[in-house]
This record gives sequence, structure tokens and C-alpha cells, in this order.
Amino acid sequence: MNDPNLGYPMQLLEPGVTYASATEEVASIPLRRIRSGWWWLAFGASFFLLSVLMAAISWLFYRGVGVWGINIPVGWGFAIINFVWWIGIGHAGTLISAILLLLAQPWRNSINRLAEAMTIFAVLCAAMFPLLHLGRPWVFYFLLPYPDTMGLWPQFRSPLVWDAFAVATYFTVSLLYWYTGLVPDLATLRDREKSPWMRRFYGMVALGWRGSAAHWERHQTAYRLLAGLATPLVLSVHSVVSLDFAVGMLPGWHSTIFPPYFVAGAIYSGFAMVLTLLLPLRSIFKLHSLITPRHLNNMACVMFVSGLMVGYGYLMETLMQLTSNDPFEYAAATDRLWGHWAPIFWAVLACNVFIPQVLWSRRVRTNEWMLFAVSIVINLGMWLERLMIVVCSLARDFISSSWGTYWPTAWDWATFIGSGGLFLTLFMLFIRLAPAIAISDVRELIAQKKHPAS
Amino acid sequence: MNSELYGLMVEFSTPQALIAGAKAARAHGYTRMDAFAPFPVEGLSHALGQGRSWLPLVFLLGGIAGGGGGYFMQWYAAVISYPLNVGGRPLHSWPSFIPVTFELTILIAALSGVLALFLSMKLPKPHHPLFNVPEFERATDDRFFLCLESADPLFALESARQFLEELCPLRIVEVPQ
Repeated sequence: MNDPNLGYPMQLLEPGVTYASATEEVASIPLRRIRSGWWWLAFGASFFLLSVLMAAISWLFYRGVGVWGINIPVGWGFAIINFVWWIGIGHAGTLISAILLLLAQPWRNSINRLAEAMTIFAVLCAAMFPLLHLGRPWVFYFLLPYPDTMGLWPQFRSPLVWDAFAVATYFTVSLLYWYTGLVPDLATLRDREKSPWMRRFYGMVALGWRGSAAHWERHQTAYRLLAGLATPLVLSVHSVVSLDFAVGMLPGWHSTIFPPYFVAGAIYSGFAMVLTLLLPLRSIFKLHSLITPRHLNNMACVMFVSGLMVGYGYLMETLMQLTSNDPFEYAAATDRLWGHWAPIFWAVLACNVFIPQVLWSRRVRTNEWMLFAVSIVINLGMWLERLMIVVCSLARDFISSSWGTYWPTAWDWATFIGSGGLFLTLFMLFIRLAPAIAISDVRELIAQKKHPAS
Repeated sequence: MNSELYGLMVEFSTPQALIAGAKAARAHGYTRMDAFAPFPVEGLSHALGQGRSWLPLVFLLGGIAGGGGGYFMQWYAAVISYPLNVGGRPLHSWPSFIPVTFELTILIAALSGVLALFLSMKLPKPHHPLFNVPEFERATDDRFFLCLESADPLFALESARQFLEELCPLRIVEVPQ
């Protein structure tokens, strides 16, 4: 039944969804291993890519960072591009889960768990890259304040140290938030699982949750407080990442617009990745009664609005460079607009600003295939944006005699593509072992629908 | 009295019946009881007469400890332990200590809050007498339970059963210890 004003069904749940049917729909994915053909196919492909990553990392550890295309002047290359890209993707989960929880947006309830899991896996992929890029990854703990026999400390005035703290905190808090929310749903699996070994496994991870009213009360208090803590945290993480660039003096980096512009970009790419994962999952596991066109439309709208903010960021950044009266900033802008870097710049604009304009159309926002295609384009565009930011400024700084160029090697590509394998392998394991949709949150929606609050 | 009995449990099909049952049991004078639901039911904890949780205070104290400790650590490193003269700039350069202070505030608040949450719920506790009841499996699916514990001073099997029957539950079960 379509809503006359909206043109798509208004409800968050299809009619006829009951407590038991929602439990069955979500729990059957891990419990009865439904559609395992699809799952094994996807898992096999992901695991193959993970093996590529392992090979690339082994070779890197054996030979050193020289196997990558990095050199002076472009010392950052793929490792930092991928770091910023993955950590940006890792922002949507907390945004969907925490900010929409605090804003009392019930549509988050069918998609939050999936988005949180995506966040954790994306942050893991992201955190790997700076460590690999260290050159001597075995001394990564130099980043942390620890009792050092030489009496040394990390340089707390450096954004790179802030970054280590921000990413580590973000990962830890996201994990706590995800697990705290997951415990009641793991108990649901424990009580439905037939195989004694898996029952024991779920019994252990569910910690003996029994749904006591006193427990729910505390659980909800803690969950909301964690959401309150995660909300400023998620905004701080990409701001700190952007300061890695903005505190540097290079033309194209040294700009106060970077923190908000990075945060908008993070939300943009994060929502694009949520859609990229959610749409196939919804079709394969037939989750249409819990993830309705309204969810797709809402996600597309948030993605689109953050995309417009990113577009505004591009506009302002370029305008400020052109009017700054600084010849180096001016040169950086013209290099992008019609100079050496024009192909990258216009590709970024096409992917992130021009093509997503199709989202003005409601038909596109509720059409699975179109939305999937747009989300892929945005993922690509955001990766290119990170490439543009990292490479263009490093390769062409103040003195033309120190200019250089950058070409990735096969090992760069293998590490990048392999990190996708790590991400997807973890994701596939997650949907096979844990409930991909927060069942207890969906039950709350059902209860509200049955007995609207008086 | 009934040392082999943990309590007497009733099953309902709606959260409203559970809240009504909890209120009635409390009005009847029972104090040792708990209710079980597959999702957080608004007002249930209040109906059972459970007090407010002190968890927010733990979060606050954790945040203060994390932020204060984090700032102190950076000040100590930069001013006392390893002063480094960077072009004559002040050692106590507080604006650049803010990001790490902020992150540690959040980190320690979240860690101490979640630790306090699980400690206060006395979880992990893989086994509980309630799990002896096969019907209790549906407490994580679509049913709502109220359990009067035998430790309650008012608890006597016959009178408790009589009282619970008045609530018109789906069933009444004895929960073995």
C-alpha cells in the first residue's frame, strides 16, 4: 500500500510482522544457515582476497616499504589513502546507531547492528595501514605512552599521536557499544540453537543474559550513555584525521575547512558502504519485511545531504585557494581545475557531486539497483578524493625542483584489494554467526505498533 | 520453607499484562521478584519498584578520571619529564593537549561504564535456576514472565499460586532450585 504523498509504503515494518516472525526471520540466517550457497560463494571470494592481503603483507615485512610505490616527495601513497578511506567508511555505523538513537529515529532499529559491525571491521582495516606504513611495524608501541628506558614520550603536540589515540578510542568504544547491544540477541540465538556446540558457544558469548527487567533498565541506561559518548567521538575522529593534513604547511592541505569537510565526507562514504552491503544482503536473505523502502529512502537522503555538504566543501576549498592571494595555493587550485591533476579532480566531482544528483528522484532512492549503482560510484569517488588529497599536494609543493610523481606498484594494489578481503571475510563471518539485525530493537518497534503509546 | 524451589513463575503474552501483574504483586506485598521480557518494556522496572541505577555516576567519574589523568600525563611529559624547547614556545602548550584529553575522557568513561554495567548485572553467569524451565526459552522471543522468588518472606506455595492465578496468565510453572 503506497502512501499517496510519498509514493512508497510508509511503514517501517511490513504488516503482519510479529515478535516470533521477526525472531525467525533474523535468527534463521545464523541458525539454519539459509542460502548457504550464496554465503559460501561470497565467503570464498572474500577469503581469496584475504589471502592476497596476507601474501602482500608477508612480502612487505620481508622486503620493507620499498615494495610500495612510495618515495620522496610522495611518502604517504596508498597506505594513507586507504587508511583515510576505511576510517571514513567506519563512521556510518556509529552515526546510524548512536546519533539516530539519541534523535529517537525508530528507522535505525533494522539497520543499526549491521552498520555497527561494518564500522568495527572498517576501522580494523584502517588501523592496519598506518602500522604497515611505519616501515618498522614491530615498534608500533612507540606511539603509546609507556615506561620507556630512555625516558622518552610520544610528542603530544603532533596530530599523528592524536590520531593514534582517536582511532584506538574509536575502535574500543565502537566494540563496546556493538557488543553491549548484541548480548540480548545472542541470548535469543542461544535459546533457539539446536547443535550443542554452537549452543555452548552462544551461551558463553551471551553471558547468561535472561532478559530481567532490572538488567534491561541498566542495559538501556548504559546503551544510551554509550551513544552519548560515541556521538562527539565520531565527529572527533575524522576531524583529528583531517588535522594530519591541515596542520601540515603544504598548499592544498593547510586549510581550516578540513575537519568539517572530512566529517561530511566520512558520513557520505559510510552511508554509501552501508548501502553497498545492505542491498545485496536484503535481497539474498529476503529481509524485505524488516528493511522496507522507507529505510532505503531515509538512508539515501542522509547520504545525499552529506554528499551536498561535501560538494560545498569542494566549492569553498577551491574558492578560498583561488582568492587567497597565495601563489602556491592558487597554483594548487589551478592544477586541479585545468592543470596536471584535472583528470583526478573532475573524476572526483563526477563521482561525488554530479552523478549522485540522480538521488533527487524518489524513484532512484527506493530502487535497489539504482541505489546500489550510485553507492558504488560514491565509494569509488571518495577513494579518489583521498587519492587527490594525499598525492596532489605531496607531489607538487613549493619548489618545482622538488616535484615528483607517484605510481602505485602491484603490491600497493594487492594490499588495497586485500584489505577489502579482510573486511568482507569478517563481515561474512558476522552474518553467519550473529544476528545481523537487532532483534530486540525490532521487537520494540512491533510493540509500539501494536500498542501505540497513550 | 521450599528450599528445593527457586520460585513460582507465570507467563504472559503481552507486555501490558506483565506490567499489570508486576504492579499487582507489589501491591500484594511481594518484594523479591523479577520480570523477564524479550525487549526493554517501558515502565516495567518502575512497576517492580526497582530503584534508579547508579550507572551514570560511574560513567561520569570514569570520564573525569580519564580526562584529568590524560591532561596530567601530557602536562607531566611536556613540562616535567621531558621538556623540549621548540623555538621558545611555551612548554605547557595546552591547546594541543585537548584532543588526547578528549579521547581519553571518552575511552575511560566507556570502559568503566561497561565494566560497571556487567558487574552490576552479575553477568557473566552462564547458569541460572530459571533456565531449568523449558518454557523460559521464549523469554528471548515473544513471551513475558514474572517470577515470585521463594526467598520472599511472604512466599508460600499455595497462597502464591492462588494469587498468580488471579492474574490470568498463560501458565504457572514451578522453578526448581
